[in-house]
Amino acid sequence: MEFVFTDEQNMIRDTAESFLQEVSTSAAIRDAMATERGYDPALWQTVCTDLVWQAIHTPEDCGGLGLGYVELVAMQEQMGRFLFCSPYFSSVCLGINALLVAGSAQQQQQYLPEFCAGKTATLAFAGAAAAARGGRWDVATVDATFTTQGEHYQLNGSYEFVTDGASADYLILAARDAASQADEGIHLFIAAADTKGIERELLPTMDQTRKWARIKLNNVRLPKASMLGDESKAAERNGAQSLAVILDLATIALAAEQMGGAQQLLDMTVAYSKERNQFGRAIAGFQAIKHKAADMMLRVEVARSGVYYAACVAEESLQALQAGTPVDRAALQEAASVAKAYCSDAFFKNAGEAIQIHGGVGFSWEYDVHLYFKRAKASEQFLGTGAWHRERLAALLLDGEGVL
Amino acid sequence: MKLSFSAADEQFREEVAHWLQQNLQGEFEPIRYRGGPGDEHMFHHERHAWEQRMAQGGWTCVGWPQQYGGRGCSIEQQVIFFEEYARAGGPGRVGHIGEGLAGPTIIAFGSEAQKQKYLPGIVSGKELWCQGYSEPGAGSDLANVKTKARFDEAIQQWVINGQKVWTSLAQEADYCFVLARTDPDSRAHKGLGFFLVKMDQPGIEVRPIQQMTGTSEFNEVFFDDAVCAADDIVGAPGEGWKVAMGLLGFERGVSTLGQQMQFQNEFNEIVKIAKSNGAAQDPALRQRIAKAHTELKIMRYNAMRMLSGQSGGDGALQREALIYKLFWASWHRELGELAMDVLGPQSQILEAAPYQLSRLQAMYLFVRSDTIYGGTNQIQRNIIAERGLDMPKEPRL
Ligand SMILES: Cc1cc2nc3c(=O)[nH]c(=O)nc-3n(C[C@H](O)[C@H](O)[C@H](O)COP(=O)(O)OP(=O)(O)OC[C@H]3O[C@@H](n4cnc5c(N)ncnc54)[C@H](O)[C@@H]3O)c2cc1C
Repeated sequence: MEFVFTDEQNMIRDTAESFLQEVSTSAAIRDAMATERGYDPALWQTVCTDLVWQAIHTPEDCGGLGLGYVELVAMQEQMGRFLFCSPYFSSVCLGINALLVAGSAQQQQQYLPEFCAGKTATLAFAGAAAAARGGRWDVATVDATFTTQGEHYQLNGSYEFVTDGASADYLILAARDAASQADEGIHLFIAAADTKGIERELLPTMDQTRKWARIKLNNVRLPKASMLGDESKAAERNGAQSLAVILDLATIALAAEQMGGAQQLLDMTVAYSKERNQFGRAIAGFQAIKHKAADMMLRVEVARSGVYYAACVAEESLQALQAGTPVDRAALQEAASVAKAYCSDAFFKNAGEAIQIHGGVGFSWEYDVHLYFKRAKASEQFLGTGAWHRERLAALLLDGEGVL
Repeated sequence: MKLSFSAADEQFREEVAHWLQQNLQGEFEPIRYRGGPGDEHMFHHERHAWEQRMAQGGWTCVGWPQQYGGRGCSIEQQVIFFEEYARAGGPGRVGHIGEGLAGPTIIAFGSEAQKQKYLPGIVSGKELWCQGYSEPGAGSDLANVKTKARFDEAIQQWVINGQKVWTSLAQEADYCFVLARTDPDSRAHKGLGFFLVKMDQPGIEVRPIQQMTGTSEFNEVFFDDAVCAADDIVGAPGEGWKVAMGLLGFERGVSTLGQQMQFQNEFNEIVKIAKSNGAAQDPALRQRIAKAHTELKIMRYNAMRMLSGQSGGDGALQREALIYKLFWASWHRELGELAMDVLGPQSQILEAAPYQLSRLQAMYLFVRSDTIYGGTNQIQRNIIAERGLDMPKEPRL
């Protein structure tokens, strides 16, 4: 047991930090968020070809670096800190994870090298139910359907809240057997985004640093080989279970981003409080301000502990998948929900306090605080709010025998 | 970064579990799960006997170096030990002030003679300690202590006069470590000394203070020409503040691990009640139970981070260590409220007249002190802001 970064992990984090500090400036963020795509494609190519960040946890034989989830989470933390506008989360934490979890060896060989070279991807799964009751993000929300037609599948339906859905090169689509319900009959498919019958609509979002889209499928025909998983072991393909694992892995990566954002808000706010003078002294000297800052730091450090732990659990899950042994589902769900529940609230609370401590300028468009405030709410809503994850934990703890 | 324990550590886990299973039974059965927060006065003699049984098995001071009679356990093994201890329902440790505070301070700052004289009594579980810091005029502002220590050349002993307050378990302790002023003209943290004082002597009077639980875990301690030997001062006269602060470092360190496992037991009991009385179906309570679970889990990871990481070169606490007291104290206070709300109106009925509290009732009341002793929440926030965030220091008049 060891609960600190290795030297190599520290190096990865430091490299990410210094690069992002340089490129993800306030001006760069504002330029990127004003575009439809939401990021600078030239910069994304640099990230992919020079820094090979998006290949971080893809196995070496598929063109990746073969590192682990802890390294991925270390990157995510820095991207959250600097509000880096890029398709990293959607391509790596949704797209690549989907292939790693559900793809057959052949599908991995086919697609991962492309993803590692800079092709982007995202996951579309949530149907209309995701918008109900304050947001639901479980597998059962899938309501797109597929039917088998000879050597093809035909998909119909729609998806809400698809991250980078309008710009991604590839889409991982979750769809269910038309007659199925809940967790039954769900499968994952991979499709080029320009496949005939796929309609993508960019949704204007309050948080402009990450784009969401609605995707509609009108009689989309996909070949047999597009269904993720090994066709020769069709009986073992369990799309619902794969989807659940993919979502938990993505949730952990998102929590890391939230933690990074919460950290940056603390740093910005403390720095500002030392510069701003009122009543003849820096406002940092007022105890009411100090105590708020101390609480912000507490939230960051607690969030960090939860995220690093979850990263280790995610790493163990991916290793189990690679070895063909069962994933400890309860441990993964618990780690993901613990991290997301805490980080969602921590990021949002820190953002609120940051505005308060900045005073009037915190309310201005010019200062960056509002960018974080908006990202905080968007990330909180995405993949489940704190309350949603707490309810999921409560079910694991309190219902039936209780598995935690 | 990795989570799993080595095979050797897992074997150690079995060894601990086996020993506890063999020993925490028979005469010790009644003290299982007892003596926790708010319950510290219960079964004192049985728990003292248990401490000595632990010592016979080599299970006291597991984290101390072997040369001082400890077991020399790695951090991993200490984590395992405390986990298994809690799982087995091990009672609150009567020796914790000696093992967790006095001993480590003596090991770090004491002379060879002091180590010889005091450590064996702690390791054997026989001698108990208490902490003489706070005074009526020196609470959060600890540096304001007025108790005086004067070296009497005639008898070649230190002579101590003054009053301490809120001294936990002073009525049971064999020794007290006392922060007192060696230079009568000094102010604040200059001119203090750190003394090891025998409780059983004519110059010391212990008067219990009744606390809101109705029980008396802490006391006033009066020093009226109390004495200790010339070499019972740790460090030099004037260095007492440095020693005392070093000790607070230990207070936030490994010794909190055992306490955290205690929290897990309390939480498990609350979950059990919630499932049996239907509170587990209430959406608002489900949220609060899950929140408590979330933060308890993270508390464990945070402790592991704290223990795996190195402190800064200057001995400064890392950020995760700086926030730890504020975090667990606030969490525990909320757990107390949750316990009562899960119990519902039944929470208001005592076990017996005149004022016998159930374990959770005692916990609920006791947790109000968690955010006060060992640095109040406000003081913790000052420390975090000043040391962790380099914000301006509080003005001192
Ligand atoms: C159960 C229990 C056991 C204890 N055991 C021991 C023991 O064994 N040995 C021992 O020496 N002591 C012990 N104590 C004493 C404990 O350390 C003190 O109570 C604590 O340091 C607070 O001091 P005080 O009670 O004088 O409160 P005060 O210092 O008077 O504080 C009162 C209020 O003012 C606030 N305050 C004070 N200063 C500031 C500031 N600078 N900024 C903002 N707010 C401030 C505090 O946060 C608090 O809310 C124990 C206390 C309790 C409750």
